[in-house]
Amino acid sequence: MLIANYGYKDGSGEYFITLDTDKCDGCGKCVEVCPASVLEVIPNEFDIEDGNIMGVRDEHRHKLKYSCAPCKPTTGDIEPPCVTACLSQAITHFLSSAKGQVL
Amino acid sequence: MAKKEFWRWPEYRHTVEGIDPQNGKVISGGVDIGSVSSKTVIMVDGEVFAQSVMRTGSSSPDSAERTMNWALEDTGVTLKDIHYVVGTGYGRVNIPFAQKAITEIACHGRGASFMWGPSVRTVLDMGGQDCKAIRVDERGKVQNFLMNDKCAAGTGRGMEVFADLLSVPIQEVGDRSFAVKEEPQAVSSTCVVFAKSEAVGLLRSGWSKDEVLAAYCQAMAHRVVDLLNRVGVEKEFVITGGIAKNIGIVKRVEKELGIQALKPDQWRDDPRFDPMLAGAVGAALFAKVLYERSQG
Repeated sequence: MLIANYGYKDGSGEYFITLDTDKCDGCGKCVEVCPASVLEVIPNEFDIEDGNIMGVRDEHRHKLKYSCAPCKPTTGDIEPPCVTACLSQAITHFLSSAKGQVL
Repeated sequence: MAKKEFWRWPEYRHTVEGIDPQNGKVISGGVDIGSVSSKTVIMVDGEVFAQSVMRTGSSSPDSAERTMNWALEDTGVTLKDIHYVVGTGYGRVNIPFAQKAITEIACHGRGASFMWGPSVRTVLDMGGQDCKAIRVDERGKVQNFLMNDKCAAGTGRGMEVFADLLSVPIQEVGDRSFAVKEEPQAVSSTCVVFAKSEAVGLLRSGWSKDEVLAAYCQAMAHRVVDLLNRVGVEKEFVITGGIAKNIGIVKRVEKELGIQALKPDQWRDDPRFDPMLAGAVGAALFAKVLYERSQG
């Protein structure tokens, strides 16, 4: 199992997209459903085997709080489209403000 | 008078005695082009044979060539003799002679596991412009990682800026940060820009340079411990990257975690254990595996 964490923590909270790279087969369904073009399919450089996996685009890694906000309703337990689109359940979304309130 | 460059750390090359590359079956190379330093490791049958560490220039391909040529200097080995080269680091896709690029996260995990042994579970790589917490298994395979590249806090570049600001040679920062009567409160910001102005204010209010260094080192240590706690820290724990040579950070990270780093001083006696090389060592190990696989 290799968990890749993309994102950051700052004074306002924690904003991460995590990917289980062993589960991800690089199908790209998550990329298609992301309205903000945050995700991309990239070569898996974590392993010496060839293959593709999901990645978070460089330009979004430092602003997930804003990029992913439209898919995170303030109430209710609704998963964002990238998470539900993933058949192998490789993606987890973690966005929370410093007060512990889920965004 | 020329301005003294307090940030400047020594570049060097080294050949390990007693290894004859002509008798080796596999010569593999690992080139790690970081944002601040470029490293090359040449391995003969999976043992470190030659290495070089130098500053990264403005062009990745040039830096890669310079560090590779320097590592090979007077070894009797030429680039053509190397069976497989893996590139890693920030500039890994721009290394003309590398057959494959592998992320520095995988390479640091693999390299640290090789250098300090299979008991290593947590690797903190404090690089030039980012900082990574990596969890590995007993084979050195990455299981979980987190990278902070949002800002220069907790990085080598931040330390360079501070050394220059205080006119303290960067190699002395660690020792001098302990030359204080009591540990001062950490600076409130690890942001290089804000910490810098905060430090100027502290100096003006009568703090000594040593006290300011202590306060900055402590803030930096606190910041990376935060990062480590997210992936979870398990023994054995090692620090790689240039900052691993700064005792002022290493000891403060150890203290805050309550866990000792594994042999943090070994590099002083044996250059093969230079923590800056972990990425290049991992890359050279991957190169060996990839070459052997290509031969069937």
